Amino acid sequence: MKMLRPETEAELAEMVAGLNAPVRIAGGGTRGVAGPENALSAAGLSGIVHYEPGALTLVARAGTPLAGIEAALEAEGQRLAFEPMDHRGLLDTGGEPTIGGVVAANVSGPRRVQAGACRDFLLGVRFVDGSGQILKNGGRVMKNVTGYDLVKLMAGSWGTLGVLSEVSLKVLPQAETAETITVAVPDAGAAIRVLSAGLGSPFEVSGAAYDPASGGALLRIEGFADSVSYRAERLEALLRPHGDVGRDGESAELWRAIRDVDAFRGRAGDVWRISVKPSDAPEIAARAEAEGLLFDWGGGLIWALVAGGTDLRARLGAFQGHATLVRASVPTFAALGRFQPEGAAVAALSKGLRQKFDPRGVFNPGLMG
Amino acid sequence: MDMPKPDPAVLARKATVLERLKEVLPEDAVIHDEAETRAYECDALTAYKCPPMLVVLPASTQEVSDVLRICHEEGVPVVPRGSGTSLAGGALPTADCVILGVARMNGVLETDYDNRFIRVQTGRTNLSVTGAVEEEDFFFAPDPSSQLACAIAGNIAMNSGGAHCLKYGVTTNNLLGVTLVLMDGTVAEIGGAHLDAGGLDLLGVICGSEGQLGVVTEATLRILRKPEGARPVLMGFDDNEVAGQCVSDIIKSGILPVAIEFMDRLCIRACENFAHAGYPDCEALLIVEVEGSEAEIDSQLAKIIEIARRHNPVELRESQSAEESAKIWLGRKSAFGAMGQINDYMCLDGTIPVSSLPTVLRRIGELSKEYGLAVGNVFHAGDGNMHPLILFDANKPGDLEKCEAFGAEILKLCVDAGGCLTGEHGVGIEKRDLMLYQYAAGDLEAQMAVKDVFDPSWLLNPAKVFPLSASESRRMARMAAE
Repeated sequence: MKMLRPETEAELAEMVAGLNAPVRIAGGGTRGVAGPENALSAAGLSGIVHYEPGALTLVARAGTPLAGIEAALEAEGQRLAFEPMDHRGLLDTGGEPTIGGVVAANVSGPRRVQAGACRDFLLGVRFVDGSGQILKNGGRVMKNVTGYDLVKLMAGSWGTLGVLSEVSLKVLPQAETAETITVAVPDAGAAIRVLSAGLGSPFEVSGAAYDPASGGALLRIEGFADSVSYRAERLEALLRPHGDVGRDGESAELWRAIRDVDAFRGRAGDVWRISVKPSDAPEIAARAEAEGLLFDWGGGLIWALVAGGTDLRARLGAFQGHATLVRASVPTFAALGRFQPEGAAVAALSKGLRQKFDPRGVFNPGLMG
Repeated sequence: MDMPKPDPAVLARKATVLERLKEVLPEDAVIHDEAETRAYECDALTAYKCPPMLVVLPASTQEVSDVLRICHEEGVPVVPRGSGTSLAGGALPTADCVILGVARMNGVLETDYDNRFIRVQTGRTNLSVTGAVEEEDFFFAPDPSSQLACAIAGNIAMNSGGAHCLKYGVTTNNLLGVTLVLMDGTVAEIGGAHLDAGGLDLLGVICGSEGQLGVVTEATLRILRKPEGARPVLMGFDDNEVAGQCVSDIIKSGILPVAIEFMDRLCIRACENFAHAGYPDCEALLIVEVEGSEAEIDSQLAKIIEIARRHNPVELRESQSAEESAKIWLGRKSAFGAMGQINDYMCLDGTIPVSSLPTVLRRIGELSKEYGLAVGNVFHAGDGNMHPLILFDANKPGDLEKCEAFGAEILKLCVDAGGCLTGEHGVGIEKRDLMLYQYAAGDLEAQMAVKDVFDPSWLLNPAKVFPLSASESRRMARMAAE
């Protein structure tokens, strides 16, 4: 196994141009991507390039450790609002998550349901395409419609269109405080109704999850203390008809555990992530016949733990949404594919884009189809 | 502004194309009479006009697909059109094109409050999307000033913003799915009521592609529950730069208002004459709006007012009633129309980092003196999206050219400050030739490669977004292939 590890963008471009075989694109290597034996790591491209708290923007090289970025933001009372998940516990991987990895996999946590996904906070990118060209798109301002939005296209492209060298992000102020409301519910159907009622209220719910193991629907409110206390009371009153209502305080650890799917940590089996219309969640979750379930995003995101090698997509049949395989053996990944197969028209467009940006097929071949 | 010469081969086939289109559309959905096609000769960038060869007004995705397939087979360029409110010439026809107007497709297909989305046909206007869910106290967040008239199709094509996107984001952040018809007639369903794409984020690149990748006929939009209340506060300052500093301080404080709008003296006067909103007479005015319950609003505004006081405002006034708030916003949203009553104007749309507001405003003032043309500034200060309005006299020879040169200088200034050419109006024809100031040739090549995938024959809105010299070989390849 060979690991290419450029230290500058120019070096990265040179190495890509010189590739004569496919490579696996890596950041910190925490998200469990298998692939070609040889790897190209962006971890050497590290450092915050520009951080302007008054403009709510941060620019960093792709290999910058996420922890370093979070510490810099914390010092100014700001944060990455999309709450990126740390995959290390669930996947039992080591290494340091990088900001480039977060962006490449469009990793978002519970707050996605209110604040938006990683891609919604990505303002600009620099990257090297499959022929070794350095390209840029977007910038570091919050509103930008100058030309096509390749920024969104790069988010969640898992390195298949290019290797990110620099990303520019919108950041937001940290909340002064948070409060978690719990509602005891008998089943997933009741839970999703509670979460929908909360998310459809004017009280700005920033987390809406359900853990069947604990039997509680969880709703988070964040902001200034007086406002949180007011909204928590109103939300309690709104949800009381649905079941016993309680409070769980700031619960930072609880939401971290939901974000990182601690419920499946150390348990055997494959892990799937299913994106659905929230009200469809109970039925689709039932079809999964899972050993473990966790609902986030008001039910719009189902985490399912199933026996190793299970073809979950076959069990689910046709539904509106998609199922992504997150943790499995290499042969299972090879057999089932990480991503839900797309319809013919969309698949043709995606394939066309991959061919344009990586004509030699050297970046993570096969990962996205 | 140059446009490519019409393709004589296409013009020569007008009768054939017309006959074929009539076969798939009702009689009244195909417009070919020159007196009637003239109604489509321009959009809101009225300095440029060109009647199209034909206009079609399909009523369904199937009809759009049929029209595109025929135009594809006949090699006819198609310019999609929402309501024609583009300020960038995004819907400007060429003499050899078919205008595909989506105005007849304005229905609501599905409303789902539990899952917080609405599915509409894209000819529906922005405001009537909110109108469809208002009864249940929901709304669609992007609110461009033209929201009474502009279509969702155009909002998606330009990735439109508005005054309240500081909190709620722009169109792309509120778009969940589309039905996209490709130039060859293929219909693709992308996204839906669920969150995030499974594969590549095609939705993200379609939004803001200015009608060059496909025609979006249906859209799934995120709707939000209305806040309990909202209240603006007016802050007057005797100096533009001080107002800019105040904006930056508010943002740094940790409060995120739903909107921070800026107007300078020229705009304040024009808007006040138009809307009688009670704006103070001062150099710079900020409208800062916050949302929540009465008590939440009081507490947020107290924090904001405390910051404002440090900058010695000449006026600080909270709206006292819903009626007053409506007037304050009417004034702001009428700014372009109000300025139009003073003179002809050109509206720019560059974005800059918020911290650069004071220096950029100062430089625009200097340039205004150099060019001898007055500039009014009205913009979304919270996110740095500026709208300098350059006043000129269209009847005075040379004035338009002078105005365009001045406008180009301002946009370059935005790029130099770390910003961009356009924040929410789009490139269209207006900023097309400045693209190489912001992007290297290779960066534009990468964007054009995306169009190559979606529209290999370069028939959809071909003369927009990219400098004509950059797109020429692709457009010519199409003509040579005919």
